[in-house]
Amino acid sequence: MPPSRFEPSIIKNKIKREEIANKNKKAKSQDKLQRRLARAKLEANDPTAKKKRLSTNVPRTLDNMREFDPSFLTADPSSSSQTQDGPSSSPGEPAYDENAEDLASDPFAAYFNSEEDPNIPPKVLITTSPKASKPTYEFCDEIVGIFPGAEFIRRKKGKGFEVGRIAGWAAGRGYKHMVVVNEDMKKPNAITLIHLPNGPTAYFKLTSIELTKQIYGHARATPHNPELVLNNFVTRLGHTVGRMFQTLFPPLPEFQGRQVVTLHNQRDFLFFRRHRYAFRSPEKVALQEIGPRFTLKLRSLRKGIPAVFNLAEEPKGLEFDVDDLKSSVEETLDSDENKQNASEAPEKVIPPKQDDYLWKWKPELETTRRTFFL
Amino acid sequence: MQSDDVIWSVINHQFCSYKVKTATQNFCRNEYNVTGLCNRQSCPLANSRYATIREHEGILYLYVKTIERAHSPAHMWEKITLSNNYSKALEQIDNELIHWPNFMIHKCKQRVTKITQYLIKMRRLQLRQEPKLVGVKKKLDRRETVRERKALSAAHLEKSIEKELIERLKSKAYGDAPLNVNESVWQAFLDREKGDKGKGVANELEDMVNDETDEELEEELEEEMDDWGSREFVSDISEDEDEDDDGLSDLEDVVVRSFDQGSGSDEDGEDGDSNEENSKPKPSTLGKRKAPAPKA
Repeated sequence: MPPSRFEPSIIKNKIKREEIANKNKKAKSQDKLQRRLARAKLEANDPTAKKKRLSTNVPRTLDNMREFDPSFLTADPSSSSQTQDGPSSSPGEPAYDENAEDLASDPFAAYFNSEEDPNIPPKVLITTSPKASKPTYEFCDEIVGIFPGAEFIRRKKGKGFEVGRIAGWAAGRGYKHMVVVNEDMKKPNAITLIHLPNGPTAYFKLTSIELTKQIYGHARATPHNPELVLNNFVTRLGHTVGRMFQTLFPPLPEFQGRQVVTLHNQRDFLFFRRHRYAFRSPEKVALQEIGPRFTLKLRSLRKGIPAVFNLAEEPKGLEFDVDDLKSSVEETLDSDENKQNASEAPEKVIPPKQDDYLWKWKPELETTRRTFFL
Repeated sequence: MQSDDVIWSVINHQFCSYKVKTATQNFCRNEYNVTGLCNRQSCPLANSRYATIREHEGILYLYVKTIERAHSPAHMWEKITLSNNYSKALEQIDNELIHWPNFMIHKCKQRVTKITQYLIKMRRLQLRQEPKLVGVKKKLDRRETVRERKALSAAHLEKSIEKELIERLKSKAYGDAPLNVNESVWQAFLDREKGDKGKGVANELEDMVNDETDEELEEELEEEMDDWGSREFVSDISEDEDEDDDGLSDLEDVVVRSFDQGSGSDEDGEDGDSNEENSKPKPSTLGKRKAPAPKA
């Protein structure tokens, strides 16, 4: 039976109580320090002991203890593939096939399967919300430098210049992406990234912007196509976002430029960085930061381009079924021919009437502190 | 006995609950006030004969108060529906308020004009798509900034980028003679690799390895590594997609869309040009950016 401890809180005299309590605390920390020093001494001589200790004492972090939201887009990918392995003969094959099919049919497949020159950067249209101010224009300037193939166009204010409509025009003119920088209180606060021909639109919250000139000792950017590093995208939603980001850049990077653009996902925050690297040895790389750094957080992912609510439009006249069948059959035939003939003349992209959300962030989705979606 | 002057002197000098005082002007919050200002002429309490215009759900009504009904507050105001047609409404006012002081008639007409104008604007706005105003949630913002800071420190960005780049270098993603590595560093790497291969004789690829340590057939080394490595590297289009998204390498393994064409074709041409550039960062960037001047 261990003897009961003497608690300093029993002492009624405040001065004495404090003295004893502090002495105890100090003794405890000294004791811990001595133990650590002794351990460090041991491990300096014996590296395997250190390894053993580290491997057995892995701390629990939010990233270790991550919980996945059970919906399809944000579920744990490894768990789903495990359940599919059971009935199949060859482990992993059916799961892989499904993933492959999904990848082949997702809107970014065109980028990965295209036979065009991989050095050509995909055209990106950058614009702002109406009536933007100087900090937003400066940020847009930086963005134009990030993406080779980017163009900035000032957004006009008016009825016919909604985001969805502009996206439709841009798609018609061969742009592959559109980036709309939203502004609030004279500061950029959100980015809408639209993949153009009918692609998904992602809305991100934009925080912690640091422009190139604000970074001390920044490197200078060159117009080489950068390499990409996309870290830590786990779920399907994460993969979609990662691939979307990837399609913004030309497929073939120019290694002589030694520029690397990183989008690192940590706990649903996407950290964007741009560095210039130089290999100092086979074990060491030196990184010098170029260019802006900002953080994105995905708020919503919509299926098509943003909707345009044309409430002033007259409803379409009544059409009768018989005529419709014939004309629809004719239309499909014609459209097939058109697709075969003219891939250079893209069909007109009309924005939808309603937004179709694939995923939307809601506070109630975060049931635990360890739930992340990307 | 109704005496407007007495009422006005009390209201003006003592207390009126509808009065709103500002630095320059006094306003009247009474719903029946025609002008909205606190004046002797505009006060509905201090005038026994009074007329206002009020709007309810898009329809305009003329409210008239006369001294004959001053004794019954429940029936004091006479509510007359005005026509939807603007000019007809003005005529109606003229007809109802005939022989009234010009001030009253004029102010009522002004009010009718203003109300119709704002109703028109409301209808037009409904048809447009206005930017959606989303409230700033302070608590949410505060929580997320802290989480962002913690995530940033947990991310160890530079370390992970460095690790990724070293991995790409080691896995020969940059090919035989990469353009982004210093000559000496690349040589050191190759030497180290040869040393490792020499030591690792005991394992499967014994004979092939021995042969290759003598020659500099790095292409074959690359293919060997591909067989048990988790990535496929090829030149041209597909190859560089793999390099671009090594972060998604779990997905990329799967998709067999790359073709082994050998890594030599594209990079060989560039080797000659860029050998000198490997050693230093580019001296002259030519100050040119690809982005053209913004089009207005």
